[in-house]
Amino acid sequence: MTDLQLPPWRRPPRDHFPGVPAWSMPVSVVPQEPFDISPLGGHLTQDWAWGGADGSGVRVCVLDSGVDAEHPLVGGLDRAMDVVRAEDGTLTVTPTEPGDTAGHGTACASVIRSVAPGAALTSVRVLSGGRHGSGAALLAGLTWAIEEGYDVINMSLSTTKAEFCDALRDLSDSAYFRRCVIVASAHNMPVRSYPWPFASVISVASHDSPDPMTYYYNPSPPVEFYARGVRVPVAGPGGRQLLSTGNSFATPHIAGICALILSKHRSLTPFQLKSVLYLAAENVAVPDGGARVD
Amino acid sequence: MSTDPLESAELRQRRLLQSIVEVARSVFDAAAASVLLVDEADGDLVFEAVAGEGEHHLLGSRFPAGTGIAGWALMTGQPVVVDDVADSPQFARSAAESTGYVPSSIMAAPLICDGDCIGVLSVLDRDSRPRCDLGDMASLGLLATEMATVLELLLTLRSAAPDPVAAPAPGKPAAFDLAVLQRVADRLPGASDHVAATVGKLLAMADDLLDTVDADA
Repeated sequence: MTDLQLPPWRRPPRDHFPGVPAWSMPVSVVPQEPFDISPLGGHLTQDWAWGGADGSGVRVCVLDSGVDAEHPLVGGLDRAMDVVRAEDGTLTVTPTEPGDTAGHGTACASVIRSVAPGAALTSVRVLSGGRHGSGAALLAGLTWAIEEGYDVINMSLSTTKAEFCDALRDLSDSAYFRRCVIVASAHNMPVRSYPWPFASVISVASHDSPDPMTYYYNPSPPVEFYARGVRVPVAGPGGRQLLSTGNSFATPHIAGICALILSKHRSLTPFQLKSVLYLAAENVAVPDGGARVD
Repeated sequence: MSTDPLESAELRQRRLLQSIVEVARSVFDAAAASVLLVDEADGDLVFEAVAGEGEHHLLGSRFPAGTGIAGWALMTGQPVVVDDVADSPQFARSAAESTGYVPSSIMAAPLICDGDCIGVLSVLDRDSRPRCDLGDMASLGLLATEMATVLELLLTLRSAAPDPVAAPAPGKPAAFDLAVLQRVADRLPGASDHVAATVGKLLAMADDLLDTVDADA
């Protein structure tokens, strides 16, 4: 039996890569491969999942480079935090003035705001310039966000440092059981990085459809969903707007959709939420989306 | 040819980096391509090789790593494309100040060596022909991966090179992990023609570099 005769989820990874690249999905040029689904009764629709919702009552934490709260496409923050290193080397998460010299976190926050305008956004700055130290800051920021009980944690980033893998996996599992949904960018380079390949998080790569609410389930994990990631209108420096491409900007689309679903169905657990995402995905909920319904 | 072994090795390393950015510029028919590496001392990004706009004056210039589109790629470890930079005065000014050229688009991908983001491959103003944005990003990521592999080799050679001032350490083994070469060899048959040609060129340069180091030694 050739690899292509196997279902997508059972095909072996290409072992000559050190990591598993989450290639994006150019839906505009490549037809989707059909796959089998069980619809679980068929009652769940996109309208049931998030119709009429705006994210109100849901707390979303953006772990990134900070967020410019004054940017018109962000529209204010609930809280702004920073990871600070004390004299003894320990890292603490403390309140700070909202800001973002790099602009990446602001761009991501603006996407969440565009999808879920009613959600309460918090920024935790875990990224800074230079090559060192960001892994420890990431762990500190993520630990804080889980302990604070955020409903959704957006991580448009990953670390390639293997020494943080186990700690990130433990934190991701902890978040999963505490009903904090981590939405993480998949890596589209053949390197090992974390936390996106973990089963306890919701991982996201890009498709090239222009609809912000269109997303697809990927039957060939580890990356599980594709969201809009090409020429995404995002907040740019100086109150402007940029068109940006990358998994960093696909991820907050799914984070925003999670906020919409949770604002309408407050008691969903992370595994229920992922199931709702799966059942409402374009290629699962829509008959011609590439799936075969049994 | 220089009789100074260190100077010769440095020249070959420069040639290798230059060939990398020339290939990147050619692949995307871009206005410029550059490799920027993180300075260990202060975290700044430093231009190590430039092809196209800025190639005559940018080498050695630097800017803070946490800023600009290159900073996004470095911080997040992910490739990124921004298509309307000229509409963003801050990014446009930042790019103009660092390169003397105001681009419309910037692509940047991290250079990841042994789990560390050591720099960024940046491409300014890829051509405007209709093309697949996701394909561009994947190609850039693959190029960055191959470049990082070669840089890993270079940096290992640099660290393994004998210090002419220090006392010689005869018999000291080199720290280079030969598995890197095996991984490159394993991947090459599956690469596209364009990428395979690029990798072949880079490996030929590495071979040339090793010949030179052997000869100088």
